[in-house]
Amino acid sequence: MSIPLPLRYSDATLRGILSEIRVMAMVGASGDWKRPSFFAMKYLQRRGYRVIPINPGRAGTEILGETVYASLADVPVPIDMVDVFRSSEAALGVAEEAVALVEEKQIKVLWLQLGIRNDAAAEIAQAAGIQVIMDRCPKIEFARLSGELSWSGINTRIITSKVLKAPRA
Amino acid sequence: MNETEKEPEPYGFATLAVHAGARPDPTTGARSTPIFQTNAYVFQDADHAAELFNLQTFGFIYSRLTNPTVSVLEERVCALENGRGAVACATGHAAQFLIAATLLDVGDEFIASNNLYGGSITQFGVSFKKLGWNCNFVDMTDPDKLRAAMNDKIKFIFCEILANPGGVVLDLAALAEIAKEWGVPLVVDNTLATPYLCRPFDWGADIVVHSATKYIGGHGNTMAGVVAESGRFDWYQSDKFPSMTQPDPAYHGLTFAETFGDFGFSMKMRAVALRDFGPTLSAQAAWNVLQGVETLPLRMERHCANAQAVAEFLSEHPKVAWVSYAGLPDSPYHELANKYLPKGAGAVFTFGVKGGFAAGETVVNTVDIFSHLANVGDTRSLIIHPASTTHRQLTPEQRDAAGAGEDVIRLSIGIETLEDIIADLDQALAQT
Repeated sequence: MSIPLPLRYSDATLRGILSEIRVMAMVGASGDWKRPSFFAMKYLQRRGYRVIPINPGRAGTEILGETVYASLADVPVPIDMVDVFRSSEAALGVAEEAVALVEEKQIKVLWLQLGIRNDAAAEIAQAAGIQVIMDRCPKIEFARLSGELSWSGINTRIITSKVLKAPRA
Repeated sequence: MNETEKEPEPYGFATLAVHAGARPDPTTGARSTPIFQTNAYVFQDADHAAELFNLQTFGFIYSRLTNPTVSVLEERVCALENGRGAVACATGHAAQFLIAATLLDVGDEFIASNNLYGGSITQFGVSFKKLGWNCNFVDMTDPDKLRAAMNDKIKFIFCEILANPGGVVLDLAALAEIAKEWGVPLVVDNTLATPYLCRPFDWGADIVVHSATKYIGGHGNTMAGVVAESGRFDWYQSDKFPSMTQPDPAYHGLTFAETFGDFGFSMKMRAVALRDFGPTLSAQAAWNVLQGVETLPLRMERHCANAQAVAEFLSEHPKVAWVSYAGLPDSPYHELANKYLPKGAGAVFTFGVKGGFAAGETVVNTVDIFSHLANVGDTRSLIIHPASTTHRQLTPEQRDAAGAGEDVIRLSIGIETLEDIIADLDQALAQT
């Protein structure tokens, strides 16, 4: 895995997404507590999001109290955002699936995790009216916008004379 | 969406120096950063405690690892360096230790410039050796010498962009190119230049280290160190960095580069090296340094203007044999200074008095504004004879290589009134 250089997204864009979405499907969710997807799922649940795990190998089991589904199509509720913990190559297939379900599941955002980028996936999703974020982690961005990331000495690039509020405050 | 596109920089350096990392306290509205004088932090519940210990959430556990006052300093310096993540610690030497402890295993090698602060040469060459970390020193004023000395066992390259004490400036872009060829991080000690004069990340460096005891704090009253990472080094390009890319036994099998991406190195330094070796910065010390760093651009401007004028004065003084300041047109490093330090060549430099050791001693003993002590980067003007003090533990050959020979006097020019600084040196030189 290599780490691509960052893409640009404004704080307003990211804050807007994280303020509006309530339910996300996490494609590639793992039940292993050491895996990054488990970290992100646990954190995002704590911040008030419902995170539905998608993992064909674990379908029917539970991760962090949520039933695991084999595919996006199997999820019985609307999905605001699809969060992809798969390889850049696999992201195209997930995007195609999301596009096919855009009406049925009311999918608004396709978010590819830190280190994952697929411009073809982004193109087809955007053409279907889905907003796309790539090479970012919603956990890290939530923490950055709410000021928590500063606690680990990370450069949030947020300068303000106002008290910083979390996206879902 | 361009691959080489950098994050936007909406704010100027002076704004970052005052604001970065410091927002109003959410509970009290306190605008100045509070001093969080506490060892530990209450958990919300048992699950929250477990999440914190697993690094699954961000938050405070114990001040050996993180403290809210220290965090502000970390983000401040990181922002000034235009980096991704930073870790503050007790001293500059501790900062260097954290880098080595994170990247090196027993038997590993790294390579360092021989134009370094004497204390770093001793730390790398003698004390690190006892831990099985081997340092090879090279004259990096000639990048080809670095290229010739590289080998597969080397895990990082270390240099000072503006070297202490000699007024030496290195060709950072050329060194970064070699680091890239070998797939190892270039670590730059930016203590004497500060990010106001040079931002090594802009020239391809991967890690920056500071003795914040110097200009960052700037008032000669507090010790501190900071390490910042650019976030652009690819730890996965080879198998040279298992501590970043393999499951970590010190963290139940967590893989830092995977889990934390472009700030994995900072997280690893903090969660393992800082946690296990413990050279923590105190909240009070962090606050002192924060107070200082707010005026970094103002101070550096004055430091550099004063130093340039003092160097010019000395270069024309009949009792002065030579002046080594990269801001002087006849310095062999003048061109590199124009490229890498366009706002000034710093304020620490050396000169030789005619009459050698004895004359040097007279100058050091008779100055009245300059303080005779072993430090640099203070608001006050400072003077020292490196051969008998800061560089004393080195061999004569090492001293010469480091620009700290017998006749050398090192100055750290303060922000006092220029005429008073010059008059003080003039009267001291008159007595030689």
